[in-house]
Amino acid sequence: MLLGRVMGRVWATAKEPSLDGCKLLLVQPVTPSGKDKGKPLVAIDAVGAGAGELVYWCRGRESSLAFDPPGMTPSDAAVVAIVDSITTT
Amino acid sequence: MIIARVIGEVVATRKHASHEGRKALLVQPLTLEGGDRGDAVVALDWVDAGVGDQVLLVQEGWSAMTVVERPASPIDMAVVAVVDAVELG
Repeated sequence: MLLGRVMGRVWATAKEPSLDGCKLLLVQPVTPSGKDKGKPLVAIDAVGAGAGELVYWCRGRESSLAFDPPGMTPSDAAVVAIVDSITTT
Repeated sequence: MIIARVIGEVVATRKHASHEGRKALLVQPLTLEGGDRGDAVVALDWVDAGVGDQVLLVQEGWSAMTVVERPASPIDMAVVAVVDAVELG
């Protein structure tokens, strides 16, 4: 998984039916020190994350296993945890 | 797999149910010389690795979710071994 910061939401009315009810988040990948790294992307929210929160997100087809029925949602990125803190000792 | 060093432990209260009960480690991929190779990633731990340990990191979803005994889950990386030594030549 990779660290990211939620920048905002994406709204889409016309969409594939399995995406109904999915919250689409705009996510900026970040380094552990919080610096932006690479380009923003859209990820489906699996944990109720909101703008400004540090999260970690899962890449690839595995991301679609976060949603019901597992593997049937067209997804290549899912936010799977909200990071409270990172301890380094 | 790639060789990496554990540089932190990620604390997350809100996370996907499949991540409950598994330690999330912040892991820095390494070059053979021991330098940083790209950015740190978040991987679930299966060998009770700790900060400072050199480890093997699996970056393939099926293997990662299977080894941590959470099949069909949004997990794309796992720590599967603590490296004792690397011998060249």
